[in-house]
Amino acid sequence: MFESLSEKLEAGFKKLRARGKLSESDVKEALREVRIALLEADVSYGAVKAFIGNIQEKAVGESVLNSLTPGHQVIKIVHDELVELLGGAQSKLTVASSPPTIIMLVGLQGSGKTTTAGKLARQFKKEGTLPLLVPADVQRPAAIHQLKTLGKELGIDCFETGSMDPVEICRSAVETARNSGYNRVILDTAGRLHIDDSLMEELKKIKGAARPHEILFVADAMIGQEAVNVGKGFNDALDISGVILTKMDGDARGGAALSIRHITGKPIKLIGTGEKLDKLEPFHPDRMAGRILNKGDVMSLIEKAQETISQEDARNLADKIHKNSFDLEDFLAQFRQMKKMGSMQSILKMIPGIGSKLKDVKVDEKELGKTEAIICSMTQKERRKHTIIDSSRRKRIAKGSGTHVADVNRLLRQFEQTKKMMKQFSDPGFARRLTQGKGGFPF
Amino acid sequence: MIIQTVEEITPPKKGFFSRLREGLSKTSATIATGLHNTLLCTSQDLDVVLEELETSLIQADIGVNTVHSMLEDLRVDIQKGKAKIGPDVKNYLKNKIAEILSSGAGAMPMGSAAPFVIMVIGVNGSGKTTTIGKLAAQWSKEGKKVLLAAGDTFRAAAIEQLEIWSERSGTEFVKHSSGADPSAVIYDAIQAAQSRKCDVVLADTAGRLQNNPNLLEELKKVKRVMGKAFQGAPHEVLLVLDSTNGQNAISQAKRFTREIGVTGLVVTKLDGTAKGGTIVQIIQELNLPVRYIGIGEKTEDLREFNPVEYAEALFA
Repeated sequence: MFESLSEKLEAGFKKLRARGKLSESDVKEALREVRIALLEADVSYGAVKAFIGNIQEKAVGESVLNSLTPGHQVIKIVHDELVELLGGAQSKLTVASSPPTIIMLVGLQGSGKTTTAGKLARQFKKEGTLPLLVPADVQRPAAIHQLKTLGKELGIDCFETGSMDPVEICRSAVETARNSGYNRVILDTAGRLHIDDSLMEELKKIKGAARPHEILFVADAMIGQEAVNVGKGFNDALDISGVILTKMDGDARGGAALSIRHITGKPIKLIGTGEKLDKLEPFHPDRMAGRILNKGDVMSLIEKAQETISQEDARNLADKIHKNSFDLEDFLAQFRQMKKMGSMQSILKMIPGIGSKLKDVKVDEKELGKTEAIICSMTQKERRKHTIIDSSRRKRIAKGSGTHVADVNRLLRQFEQTKKMMKQFSDPGFARRLTQGKGGFPF
Repeated sequence: MIIQTVEEITPPKKGFFSRLREGLSKTSATIATGLHNTLLCTSQDLDVVLEELETSLIQADIGVNTVHSMLEDLRVDIQKGKAKIGPDVKNYLKNKIAEILSSGAGAMPMGSAAPFVIMVIGVNGSGKTTTIGKLAAQWSKEGKKVLLAAGDTFRAAAIEQLEIWSERSGTEFVKHSSGADPSAVIYDAIQAAQSRKCDVVLADTAGRLQNNPNLLEELKKVKRVMGKAFQGAPHEVLLVLDSTNGQNAISQAKRFTREIGVTGLVVTKLDGTAKGGTIVQIIQELNLPVRYIGIGEKTEDLREFNPVEYAEALFA
């Protein structure tokens, strides 16, 4: 059911392009697809409405109507608007002017507060500060034990007390931190429902007692329409300072990010990307936008490609392909260009339609190194005319590159295939398409 | 159907299923509001009515495509005169959803094996351990001899968490140390259950995301080993779904069913304002029975699923 938005949009925009000129109803039609895609990605109804409204205003402008590539412009507007809504630039955690910095984690049951507490503590320690973990979850069986175990594993102190009153625990923990030189305090509160008045009241009391510098709402990236209710509930009660999205290593499209941002206006500061304690990353609105749109990181791919592949290179390449004179030398040059652009895997992930299929695939960067070594072990003549590479030459090349003949065979096969594929691109528009990121990265 | 007239919802103070429990029917819940307006303004344009319904159903996480096909059917039936704009609309949709959900009713075939071995799986934080704890407490109270297997050897203190539940309900308990092979723990647990003449084994597993191939392999191995310990085991593979999850719940159900062979669902955390509408599509596509729903913190708040009651609650 989750067709990629890029496919849908591309189909929609093809229609637009064919008509030559964009009318308001054309844009509306295209945005209908965007709307469905956003709803499929679990973006809340209200957030979708606001978003579509904004886009409509911007897209039905002159700049788009008169543009030569309306499709690309609309995609860019959709993407930019999404980035804007998701909070523009990154937002860092507040550090108190006089330590300790107190961080309070709140959220629903099972959203990942305790694990996140461990991850934060690990990061603080790595940054050279002295964190104190505070187990204030007296509800869930063994929650305190869980935090203590994480603390032990990380070599980070976990606050010990005989008290079973969360407010008292947090109050005395902050006092202890102040007296004993801890400069980061992480309060791990119990999971609760936003409609549970007495437990929400307890959080307010903890806030009053501990005076946290950050109140971070920990939310599961898989949350659906409920994100609005929960986000609003916690924000209304506590005036949260930011959001941590967890379980981002799943395949949820993560529309919740947009919903929560929309309803609370608070920045998403961090994301959890795995079960291990080092899997805590800064939030990148642009990447999130791409993910919600299921569009790969098209924009950055275009930009990266433009940076690394000079227009002239591209034209030369297109020329060679056109004349069908693409040789191993060019093949190598291309590999090197790809390397400049970043790891193969991250490049592939940026391409719409590939990103999702790539989940289970691992690109072996070592294999790529091998390829380079093999081509480098060939003579100039061999590189220009690969057909002369016979079995004795293959043996020599394998030996020279520290590989096996089978590897050389595989590479040559690959090259043949690429060459064949390139024939299909043998029109002068190739270079243009290449720099526009429209198909045609020949690997 | 493009909607331009939808206002941001305000969270209703009462939980979705607490209404059901307390027998309240007129509340400010979203679907109720949408339908209320629909019922009052029978002369409204059909498109407007459908738009209101679309909003309400999507906000219940039923999923935009499922909603659209439901409303398309409704539109056709209205045009054919089979359904009328008015009270009929509510009943039409309620029946429609109840009909879909009814294929998802049915109790576990407990007693068909001794011990009846249940493997509990799901993503992180969906409520597996809590579900096991509640089931154990209920069944112990009924006089069944229950054994809990601490198969989550990964998450810190997961073993201790299950152990506390076991102590509370007075069930048998089998554990290895943290970090041990989950297959080995559960193998031992099944053997222990056989020699101790237990009626039921509830095997906990570590939470895992459905797109993690390595962890899915681990789970397959656990299942295989269960069959080696006791032929035919597991007799039930329960997938625990968090009702606050959106469309990803469908991906969870599909992937776990394909890879592990889910035989029943548990839908948790329905005591919030989430409605867990994704189960409509899950039942429609996978034809899996919902064994239990969690509507509160208390042991007895884990209940058997009643499709009519659920559809009714959606429209309460």
